[in-house]
Amino acid sequence: MEHGVPLIVGVGLTDHARKSHWPARLDLAQSASGLVLALFMWGHMAFVSSILLGKDAMWTVTKFFEGYFFFGRSHPWIVSIVVAMVIALVVTHALLALRKFPINYLQFSSFRGHMRMMRHEDTTLWYWQVLTGFALFFLASVHLYIMLTRPDRIGPFESADRVWSDHFWPLYIVLLLAVELHGGIGLYRLAVKWGWFGSADAKAMRRRLKLAKWALTAFFLVLGFATLAAYIRIGVEHSDRYGERYVPAQLQTSPVPAPAGGDLRSPR
Amino acid sequence: MTESAAMPSQSISPESAQRKVRISVLRYNPQERGSVPRMQTYELEEADGMTLFIALNEIREKQDASLQFDFVCRAGICGSCAMVINGRPGLACRTLTRSLGSEITLAPLPVFELIADLSVNTGKWMRAMSERLQAWVHMKQIEVDISRLEERMEPELAQKIYELDRCIECGCCVAGCGTARMREDFVGAVGLNKIARFRLDPRDARTDADFYELVGDDSGVFGCMSLLACHDVCPKALPLATQIAFVRRKMAGAGWK
Ligand code: SF4
Ligand code: SF4
Ligand code: FES
Repeated sequence: MEHGVPLIVGVGLTDHARKSHWPARLDLAQSASGLVLALFMWGHMAFVSSILLGKDAMWTVTKFFEGYFFFGRSHPWIVSIVVAMVIALVVTHALLALRKFPINYLQFSSFRGHMRMMRHEDTTLWYWQVLTGFALFFLASVHLYIMLTRPDRIGPFESADRVWSDHFWPLYIVLLLAVELHGGIGLYRLAVKWGWFGSADAKAMRRRLKLAKWALTAFFLVLGFATLAAYIRIGVEHSDRYGERYVPAQLQTSPVPAPAGGDLRSPR
Repeated sequence: MTESAAMPSQSISPESAQRKVRISVLRYNPQERGSVPRMQTYELEEADGMTLFIALNEIREKQDASLQFDFVCRAGICGSCAMVINGRPGLACRTLTRSLGSEITLAPLPVFELIADLSVNTGKWMRAMSERLQAWVHMKQIEVDISRLEERMEPELAQKIYELDRCIECGCCVAGCGTARMREDFVGAVGLNKIARFRLDPRDARTDADFYELVGDDSGVFGCMSLLACHDVCPKALPLATQIAFVRRKMAGAGWK
């Protein structure tokens, strides 16, 4: 035994081999990227659902993000930049989350067996989190790639044409379900994982959090499906003029609608 | 709090009419040549206030002397009678048969080494975990002066530490944990709770950086996926969700720098 050591085993470990700090950083990064993405999805839903207030409302939101009201003309590349950032976040989040995925079939099947045995809601929710996360990586990629490469094709008619005439609606139905489930469960998990909203009565708080989680998911699903239905309706009505851009009434200088790819204000 | 945790948590239904219960046990003895895992069903008359512990003893006495299971205290203190009851880990001595249906399924706790039938070696696992997490107070002075008064501790703090010390190492939280089922090296809620306990203790000289060395990775606190089954199945109703979140915050803080 060493004598004269002021502390017994364990203390002063930090003087020796230091453990990597990366697990802590990666864990924080996973939570942070998830939080940002979840908040982004709320904002995204709010903007997209502006179609429920009318085509002009959605047009205004779109033009706002293209910088139209700042620069006097549209710069869809601004949207592309935001999309690129979202893609980067999604990829980061997915890579970080992969660490938690079952890495082989044995792990997967033992988790599945465990889940079936336990019939425990939070355990089952995690399984859904994994499934929807996995699906999202593919579904969201398709949508994000289109948004990245054709940011100019966002608008009341443009989006509706994509939804209906370009047959994106089946993808969007699944994407919507996956996003809202994944985001809702994720936010709930974040709250319990980091002990936000700590309270003396942890059980009651968890019940309330879970209630809030389901309420949010339900709200965004209803809003999302109403929005999707609105685009489908417009898309169906507009299918014979596929490709035509939307020009709000106050900017129409001639009764002839603007041709595809034309400037927004003065149809050539 | 402690009082309520020591009482059976299930409510007893008023009707005291005797009923028959069928208890199916997953039986397997790895030590015995030719033993294969199988379900065996026993039928018995339910008695008033019958716990699974009483039922199992009755089976062993009257029906099948070869049935193996563990118990010591029969009062929810020793933690040896934990098993999977209708799919969820729990203590046999704290579970009233009345709180379950008439078909009861029992299985040994997963994760731990199986001794035979319902008996598992939680002790081995717990010891390895304790050694790995150095789950003891690391005192500041090495020379203990017994003539001097012990350092004082605020009663509130002592109470807080005691609250976490109520863990009986039954292993329910580990068996209920999806992460522990997938990763063998995960320290489990029981381990993380110990870290929270020693971190509270003012006599323990370890800093967050020291604790980070012990649980600052994916086999420690960052492996926990917050499924909270541990919290929901802990027979001592320990505040595991709160404690794990606390340890996670502290370790994220220690590791971020
Ligand atoms: S924390 Fe609870 S479930 Fe886990 S070992 Fe301790 S008493 Fe058992
Ligand atoms: S919260 Fe979940 S993953 Fe973490 S220790 Fe408890 S059961 Fe395991
Ligand atoms: S026999 Fe001791 S806890 Fe059940």
